[in-house]
Amino acid sequence: MNRKVSDNSIEIKNVTKIFDQDFVAVDNVSLSITRGDFFSLLGPSGCGKTTLLRIIAGLEDPSEGLVYLNGRIINNIPSHKREVNTVFQNYALFPHLTVFENIAFSLRLRKEKESTVRKRVMEMIELTKLTGQENKKPAQLSGGQKQRVAIGRALINQPSVLLLDEPLAALDAKLRQHMLLELDTIHDEVGITFIYVTHDQSEAMSISDHLAVMNHGKIIQYGTPPEVYESPVNTFVANFIGETNFFTGNVSNVNKEYIELDTDRFGEILCYKDLEVEKGQNVKVSLRPEKIKITKKAPKEYANQKLNIFEGVVEDTIYLGNQTKYTVRINNSYIKVFKQHIRYLLDEDIIEWKDRVYIWWFADDSYILNEGVQ
Amino acid sequence: MSQKNKTGFFISLPGIIWLTLLFLIPTLIIVVYSFLTPGIYGGATLPLSFESYTTMLSNPGFWLLLWKTTYISVIATLITLLLALPISYYIATSKNKNFLLMLIIIPFWTNFLVRVFGWMVVLGRNGLVSWLLNFMRITENPESFMYKPSTVILVIVYMYLPYMILPIYSSIEKFDFSLLEAAMDLGSTKLKALWKVMLPSIKGGIIAGIILVLIPALGSYAIPELVGGKDGAMLGNLIARQLTVARNWPSSSAISMIFLLISALGLLIYLRITNIQYKRQKAYEDYISSNGENI
Repeated sequence: MNRKVSDNSIEIKNVTKIFDQDFVAVDNVSLSITRGDFFSLLGPSGCGKTTLLRIIAGLEDPSEGLVYLNGRIINNIPSHKREVNTVFQNYALFPHLTVFENIAFSLRLRKEKESTVRKRVMEMIELTKLTGQENKKPAQLSGGQKQRVAIGRALINQPSVLLLDEPLAALDAKLRQHMLLELDTIHDEVGITFIYVTHDQSEAMSISDHLAVMNHGKIIQYGTPPEVYESPVNTFVANFIGETNFFTGNVSNVNKEYIELDTDRFGEILCYKDLEVEKGQNVKVSLRPEKIKITKKAPKEYANQKLNIFEGVVEDTIYLGNQTKYTVRINNSYIKVFKQHIRYLLDEDIIEWKDRVYIWWFADDSYILNEGVQ
Repeated sequence: MSQKNKTGFFISLPGIIWLTLLFLIPTLIIVVYSFLTPGIYGGATLPLSFESYTTMLSNPGFWLLLWKTTYISVIATLITLLLALPISYYIATSKNKNFLLMLIIIPFWTNFLVRVFGWMVVLGRNGLVSWLLNFMRITENPESFMYKPSTVILVIVYMYLPYMILPIYSSIEKFDFSLLEAAMDLGSTKLKALWKVMLPSIKGGIIAGIILVLIPALGSYAIPELVGGKDGAMLGNLIARQLTVARNWPSSSAISMIFLLISALGLLIYLRITNIQYKRQKAYEDYISSNGENI
């Protein structure tokens, strides 16, 4: 295999950014992003994800650490010379220029021939589905169109990495879904690395090849969306990506595959042993609400399957069409249960407020959090 | 008149009355005076005549003074603009905005004439500049920097700089600085980003500043009177001299009118040019769009 440059398009080594001498925005972050990846940096606002993106763009200098692009250190390369372009959060379109001239901006800076400019800009306008809008000023465009101009303007330089800073934050929910799909299509077409910063876990989950969850300037977890969702490393990740139920308790019994957990809220529960734990340890377990079944009748015995079964009362229902979110009270504790409606009116139990129900889940569906082991 | 127009009319009524009483009517009085004959002891009497205009327009000295007035004002305005751009940028991006703005405004609290006299003290034969040059043995004899067109330019720049800074500052303050980052991200240097992105965005402030400085500069009277001397005299001084020394009211009115017309003509030409630029831009855009469909 002929491998001249590294397979990583962006590599970040021990990057730290300190503002005003004492505010640590990015804290010793190391990260490798594969060429052609759709990579998301996910985290709550103020977690340092935008700062990290700006460091890659060259709009911010790291206080410490190295940034590599295609295997070369780019710390000393100013932003206007980096093969990296950015789609800014508020689009930052030039208000005095038309859509055409906004997209042509970087070609004009390089003094490209008029015919080249026209050809390339028109190609980009087609890719971003802006045909017919060329002569409009940004103020005349809708949010989605502005978004497309910003993407076209950033892509026309054929950068090796495209950075997107919360690009969909200003759009309404429906349009966001639509633009997300379009971004995915554009990513497939141009084939370059996309680094996507967002605080919206559903966006990041649905579009990314890989994602990194950040908090307080640190990367908490790196992985594919299913990895991060199904096996969150700690409470923060479990809570940030989707909703979850936590159980804390003392390990009262351990065998080859399962542990018994003595919880103060729910009594004994059976959990799959993802981690090596010992009897007597305190652990925290996460259980996604959609993994819990909810029925009016007691479940039949499942051969060879370890079940946890509880009886409770429905205290709250939120009907969402495709699913209902229930809050079920067991003794004096509450547990979240999401039920997908597949044949809702045909052969499902209709469960209503104050109904007595059984909730049950397979022991394999819970997950022991790494941080919980003590 | 629609309801909305009616409300607008009543709200602007005080302003309309003010402008009519104190601006429009006096201007019309000047127009009338300019067509009268000078009275023996000042003032103006009938019969109507064009004499004030013809004497002025046929006098080469008048044209020279008009040229000098325009020249001094335009140069002074350009210098103010060049000074104001970096200053406004600095203030708008500074953490001590309010303090710096206060420093710009404080000189307004001192009387205009006092400030001009201040410059006389600084620039005169035994003034600070002359003394310093002497002290450092750069010049032999005490020298005066007064009574030159450049002195007038210097003092006009000093006096009107705040009027240029304030509107430009306010448009820079509203400017979205992420646009500069976007330009740099797209391959532009900082300087080019300022030129290609910021300058067009703050055009409104610059035009307002130019108007706020150029118009009063053209009508300068006190500054050239005090520091201009014979060489640095401007039209304002001629108008005043015609009115007070020569007691020729129609003549000074005629000069005012000629000057007003020339300024108005300048403004019209300016509007025309910007309009042409707009049309050219539009034609270019149409060209691009029609070509775009062929590609």
